[in-house]
Amino acid sequence: MQISVLQFPGSNCDQDSYHLFASGLGIPTRYVWHKSDSVGDADLVVVPGGFSYGDYLRCGAIARFSPVMAAVKAFASRGGLVLGVCNGFQILCEAGMLPGALIRNNSLEYRCITCELKVQDSSETLNPRVLGAAIRLPIGHGEGNYRIDEAGLARLEANRQVLLRYDRNPNGSIADIAGIRSERGNVFGLMPHPDRAFERFHPSQDGLAFARAVLATRFPELLAQKSA
Amino acid sequence: MPDPLPPNPDPILNRPITPELVKKHGLLPEEYALIERRLGRPPTITELGIFSVMWSEHCSYKNSRPLLRGFPTERKSPAAKYGRVLVKAGEENAGIIDVGDGWAVAFKIESHNHPSAIEPFEGAATGVGGIIRDIFTMGARPVLLTNSLRFGELESPATKRLLRGVVAGIAHYGNCVGVPTVGGDVYFDRSYEGNPLVNALCLGTLRHDQIRLGRATGVGNPVFYVGAATGRDGLGGAAFASKELSAESAADRPAVQKGDPFMEKLLIEACLEMMAVPGLVVGIQDMGAAGLTCSTCETASRGGAGIEIELDRVPQRETGMNSYEIMLSESQERMLVIVQRGREREIEEIFAKWDLHASNIGSVTDTGRMVVRQGGATVADIPAGTLTDEAPIYTREAREPAGLATTQAWTPEGAGLPDVDRAGALGALPRLLSHPTIASKRWLYRQYDHMVQHGTVVGPGSDAAVVRLRLGDAEKFIAISNDGNGRYCALNPYRGALIAMAECLRNLACSGAVPLAMTDNLNFGNPYKPESFFQLRECVRGVADACRFFDVPVVGGNVSLYNESPEGSIDPTPTVAVVGLVEDEAHVTRQFVPGPGLSLVLLGGAPTELGGSQFLGIVHGLKTGDAPALDLAGEKRLDTLILGQIRAGRVKAAHDLSEGGLLVAVSEMLFGPGGPVGAALDLTGVAVPRTDALLFGESQGRAVLALRPGDAGAVLAAATEAGVPAREIGRTDGSGALAVSTSRFQASWPVPDLRAGWETSIEVAMRRPGLE
Repeated sequence: MQISVLQFPGSNCDQDSYHLFASGLGIPTRYVWHKSDSVGDADLVVVPGGFSYGDYLRCGAIARFSPVMAAVKAFASRGGLVLGVCNGFQILCEAGMLPGALIRNNSLEYRCITCELKVQDSSETLNPRVLGAAIRLPIGHGEGNYRIDEAGLARLEANRQVLLRYDRNPNGSIADIAGIRSERGNVFGLMPHPDRAFERFHPSQDGLAFARAVLATRFPELLAQKSA
Repeated sequence: MPDPLPPNPDPILNRPITPELVKKHGLLPEEYALIERRLGRPPTITELGIFSVMWSEHCSYKNSRPLLRGFPTERKSPAAKYGRVLVKAGEENAGIIDVGDGWAVAFKIESHNHPSAIEPFEGAATGVGGIIRDIFTMGARPVLLTNSLRFGELESPATKRLLRGVVAGIAHYGNCVGVPTVGGDVYFDRSYEGNPLVNALCLGTLRHDQIRLGRATGVGNPVFYVGAATGRDGLGGAAFASKELSAESAADRPAVQKGDPFMEKLLIEACLEMMAVPGLVVGIQDMGAAGLTCSTCETASRGGAGIEIELDRVPQRETGMNSYEIMLSESQERMLVIVQRGREREIEEIFAKWDLHASNIGSVTDTGRMVVRQGGATVADIPAGTLTDEAPIYTREAREPAGLATTQAWTPEGAGLPDVDRAGALGALPRLLSHPTIASKRWLYRQYDHMVQHGTVVGPGSDAAVVRLRLGDAEKFIAISNDGNGRYCALNPYRGALIAMAECLRNLACSGAVPLAMTDNLNFGNPYKPESFFQLRECVRGVADACRFFDVPVVGGNVSLYNESPEGSIDPTPTVAVVGLVEDEAHVTRQFVPGPGLSLVLLGGAPTELGGSQFLGIVHGLKTGDAPALDLAGEKRLDTLILGQIRAGRVKAAHDLSEGGLLVAVSEMLFGPGGPVGAALDLTGVAVPRTDALLFGESQGRAVLALRPGDAGAVLAAATEAGVPAREIGRTDGSGALAVSTSRFQASWPVPDLRAGWETSIEVAMRRPGLE
């Protein structure tokens, strides 16, 4: 197994994502520079958090034009797994790889807190039976207020595309949505940080279980290993 | 007499220099005469501007340098596995301390008080940006930020505006560059009304072989300018920071710089990448206060060399900028790099990768002079040393503030202040806990990204922050604590400064850390006022004596004078920050009790004094009395005892006693992330003349430990042996109430109520209708 973590100018959780997979799960992980036209030989592409291009204009609006994003789209269209965390989620929405958009928190302030998240029954691997009814993950964002039109929301719900909902909504997101997946089920985006919940001193280690469940979409044996 | 320089390409700079122009540049007539003597001719206007910023207090420390020489910059005791000073204070942009295994930390605190008073968001943001550059210019990767903030009382709408702006500015910059803001300290007091203090600290990590210095050496080596282009913003910011604030200060807004944290993030990565190339970088310095001027003359002066630059090659984002403007601009996110000759391509390629400017603007010479050319003409030609080491130095007149002795002699008995009764105590504790100075700073730190880089072990809100550093294959745990009680320093400058250090060290001990070194930010009023200079002198003496006593070297810092507003001078405020090392992750200790059934042991005895306390201030509206008593030797015994008991695995939680005294400290220990906890304290056996002093007095040298009941005996015995007064004062329980018995009365408070006031008082004050 091999993970690719993208690096844009202004990415600042790239090392956090790297260590979630490399140190936390022991999976070979490498960085891919945004000017690259390939994601490399990867089983999962991680679009990490941060402030790509300073979040100028709009979060993720410039990063989606980086050369590597064309490769990410091609990778996803072949069914490859893509995980966007925080700014990565914003980039995937801007790139049209996930529906909806993320706007300013309704508090108009950045929020760095740990959130209780209700696990939704979204797939064979991302559901309460695998992850438990609730997990705790930190958030750190100023623009995590998820928005989508009524028809889009209805489609998300009908297709069980919502992965996680906030127990106490920190940003005004519609339907308390904290993370979603694509209809096809191979592109994932969430505002909370699994990459801040894996060390023994972190507020929880639920990031490990979440990351494993994402990978298990393609590698079901990961879950078997864990229960074994 | 040397020939005059040729006319400047911009005619406006060829006007004669009048006494008014000299005064406008903040220079005294005798200082101007000195400039003429040093140059052997009258300066050009460009040169006048250069001297004015370099000889400003901000750059030259002209009124504080003699005092600062009292600071110890090295350890007395030989360092064992770690703690050696690798780069001393004052030599470079930041001092560097060995943390063992070939690794080191660089850290420093710096103020951005005046810009934040005028334009809080940009002022605070650029304060963070500036201190981060001071750290990565040493070759270190920035890994944490803290800050010390002081504001007026929170009821004031002006304070709310400043607080909101400052916090948003710190968050904007720190969050975007991806360096966690893990701690700090915040006080609210009338004396800071209109003149807030914004002191930002950054710490970075590096290997010993990665240390880079701000020195221009090697004749013929090219001088590169990297980072953002130069604009007209922040013109003369250093000189601006050395003036008192007045009603006209708002007109100085162009002197406040605008920050671009995205540019800074790119600059960090590009510079660290460049410095990782062996032998490529000869010297490097950020362009902070006084921008291009300061970075060129300081690198030349430190390197014992000269430097020549060509302004036409400086990237500019505005047209028609003259030499005065370019040399004095404080545009942010710029660095000066001296590169090994012949390797220009390498630096250019690295900066192209990051889409940044890297312009060759000049070279190192052997003349010892800083020569600036524009449009073919020499516009400045100054011996570099006259701007730096040879800046004028003054010892100002010092006078003890009138009435200080009377204030210090104040006692509650003498003033006829009635002791607290049951009703008074019941009301006082929630009032203290919800005062913004004591209350939870959650409203602030939830806006700071305190978790990025995934190393935060103990975040904001405990005695000290603890961060795990990945250093190669090794892991190290660094603790940091900021403190500085201006109220104590106003009442007793010398002892107040001792207390600031003692409290930081106590915080570190309670967190399981051994102190390494400290950095300080001296925030005072106008040094030309003898009372202000007295406060500065006495506080510096206090900090220096404490550093020597505890053998904690100073690695650098900053002096901010002229902190005055039309209301008067601020309370003298030396903010100090001490960095420590937690030797084993198992030693990391928090202030929150993990649950019921623990024994609470008070170390350090019971106080009989109220002077300078928050209780006097909040309940009685008094800022009076003497600063609390302090026994340095007792502090050292206390810290050693706490650390020893933590290492023995006996301490479940530890919290030092500071603002608010015993009941506030015990309450705060109950406000942990776990479920509702209570505690019952039995103080009936403590014989003290006044109950208010017992419950709310702020005598130093005290802490409360939470222990398994079975360990209490061993800890009490160890305390006796160490000569630290100790007493078991109660137990935690599941009652959800804090109950206290004294020899005069019993009182009890529901912990959830106390906690709600403590946790939400700043949030409530800062609430904006219609949001959330």
